[in-house]
Amino acid sequence: MTTSPILEVRQVTKSFGAVDVLKGIDFEVIPGTVTALVGDNGAGKSTLIKGLAGIQPFDSGEVTFEGVKVNLNEPRDAADLGIEVVYQDLALCDNLDIVQNMFLGREVKRGIPLDEADMESRAGETLKSLSVRTVKSLRQKVSSLSGGQRQTVAIARAVLWNNKVVILDEPTAALGVAQTEQVLNLVRRLGEQGLGVVIISHNLQDVFEVADYIYVLYLGTMVVRLKREDTNPSEVVEYITGGKTNNAGSNGDLV
Amino acid sequence: MSSQSDIPAYLQAQNSTLKDTWATYLGRVRGGDMGPLPAVIGLIVLVILFSVLRPVFFTPLNFANFFTQAAVVAVLAMGIVFVLLLGEIDLSAGVTSGVAGSLLAVTMARNGLSWYVALALALVVGLLIGLFIGVLVAKVGIPSFVVTLALFLAFQGLVLVIIGEGGNVRVTDPVILAIENSNMPIWLGWTLYAVMVLGYLLAALNGRRRRLVRGFSGTPLSVILIKVAVIAVVGFATVWVLSLERSTNPEVNPLSGVPIIIPIIAVIALVFGFVLERTKFGRHVYAVGGNVEAARRAGIRIQQVRIAVFAICSTTAAFAGVVAASRAASVDPNAGRFIVLSAIAAAVIGGTSLFGGRGRIYDALIGAAVVAVIDNGMGLLGYSAGVKLMITGGVLMLAAGADALSRKRSTSTGR
Ligand SMILES: Nc1ncnc2c1ncn2[C@@H]1O[C@H](COP(=O)(O)OP(=O)(O)OP(=O)(O)O)[C@@H](O)[C@H]1O
Ligand SMILES: [Mg+2]
Repeated sequence: MTTSPILEVRQVTKSFGAVDVLKGIDFEVIPGTVTALVGDNGAGKSTLIKGLAGIQPFDSGEVTFEGVKVNLNEPRDAADLGIEVVYQDLALCDNLDIVQNMFLGREVKRGIPLDEADMESRAGETLKSLSVRTVKSLRQKVSSLSGGQRQTVAIARAVLWNNKVVILDEPTAALGVAQTEQVLNLVRRLGEQGLGVVIISHNLQDVFEVADYIYVLYLGTMVVRLKREDTNPSEVVEYITGGKTNNAGSNGDLV
Repeated sequence: MSSQSDIPAYLQAQNSTLKDTWATYLGRVRGGDMGPLPAVIGLIVLVILFSVLRPVFFTPLNFANFFTQAAVVAVLAMGIVFVLLLGEIDLSAGVTSGVAGSLLAVTMARNGLSWYVALALALVVGLLIGLFIGVLVAKVGIPSFVVTLALFLAFQGLVLVIIGEGGNVRVTDPVILAIENSNMPIWLGWTLYAVMVLGYLLAALNGRRRRLVRGFSGTPLSVILIKVAVIAVVGFATVWVLSLERSTNPEVNPLSGVPIIIPIIAVIALVFGFVLERTKFGRHVYAVGGNVEAARRAGIRIQQVRIAVFAICSTTAAFAGVVAASRAASVDPNAGRFIVLSAIAAAVIGGTSLFGGRGRIYDALIGAAVVAVIDNGMGLLGYSAGVKLMITGGVLMLAAGADALSRKRSTSTGR
């Protein structure tokens, strides 16, 4: 990859009381690629993401976005830059339809009233550009969608707003085989559209299917950054469990 | 259809025929989202029942009475819908109407304020009460149930203080009295009827045209025409009956025309319906009621929405108090004490969910009609106020049960 990173994290730390959850993490996201973030339960993956989303600011360290140092102190800061996090749950309103959810908080108006037709056509175009096929109607209530379809709507919502970095925290955790496949396709397509994509997953099969780069977190330390084609699942498992560390002989190239 | 198979389903024509629209509606009803359907059926059954048991129920005079009787509950219920949509409750809405009504009556009778100053004062006090509740709920974080229960007690006291030891305060201002006691000239009733039917038709056609321009399928013409026809027929029957001479003593005291309260309620319903269904704020109300966390992450200012909703509810309640004062031509120390449960019942019977996120203004009107028909019909049958209260309580319980069951069903069928 010759492209320079859109998002760079250097030496960030985060502690909760006496517990150091992130101990000086380096991490980068390159546009047009999918970066996987893996690690055991409690490794600090979600904490890193929450820092990037501005929900739980880091204690120290530096974040640069498009080469400029930025402060991420609240969700709005991240949203303004074009960083969107897609959460596994709690992201959609069941009682609203697909269009209403995709435009929630950013509704299009015609004077005072809402411009439903405009929102509907833009939502349709976005879903089409992502080759989404399984949804029947844009005016379906989200409560009537399957887990995979809901994930699709949440991801499409991130795309609709011209975000530059989309972070997905365990997007396939609750999905069946076919739906997982759909969502992974979507993740790949986000990368193809030139976005920087970060995916957190415990499922290494999924990770190897979509990721260009794999970062492994182990107890708050970034042990290694691997290129997908230079590694294999069993090596990644060794890193995750702490059985292997990033010594000189490794093929990892931690920044 | 086969030639379109490469176009995703959601970009193809939806509900473009009467049949599709009907099928979609049936699917919604089966999924537990029945809207006002049970209330409409209940209303029809009740009307038939009471008409058979007491023929006087089905007379022009009682028909007109029914509207003035339903008005207070209807206005209150429309305000309460906003609060229920957030999954909150306002138990103080009834006594808030009492406070506003007694302020209106007392300032006119004892301080000589003109009706518009007194009316403005009542509404502003309602607004302030709503802001107060909203701040306590949204900023301080006290559950709305507790805040408004406390105010339910406190405001009963406040009404006593405002009215003083005297007991009743009479309302004599002709403008205030007209709200619940005057009728429009016959020609005006028909004019408003024509404006309403034409307005609905044009709005529907315009909405359809805007969608067609975008390449979407709009509401089928047949569906629009059926809706317009229903509105036209029901409206015609209503205006026609209300234009008949209905006085028991026509020579001395002729009485005909559409009661003024009907267009007043229609305007409130149109404005509130527009706010809820066509504006950003309304969308945010539904979002917060559906999923607070999702709304927060979408950047919606939750606290502002909460405060605004309580402000709308209490201001509307204040107007309901004015309507009540007009109807009784007086205000007594019990003002507003019993009405709130009827109003909540009306909203819930009409299909508003107590769990938040589901319900519409127009449904509250249908619910209010059910409550008023029970009240009116049982009164004609000679039942006491006590029995009527028990029945209304039972119907509220029934509606709340149906609400809970439909919610359970919609979670289990994934709708
Ligand atoms: N708000 C908090 N207060 C105290 N400790 C916290 C807090 N949030 C996270 N932690 C701790 O930080 C560590 C990392 O948590 P984090 O949620 O980032 O892990 P994770 O890698 O996302 O794990 P999982 O795979 O289970 O989601 C855990 O030990 C957790 O207990
Ligand atoms: Mg996590």
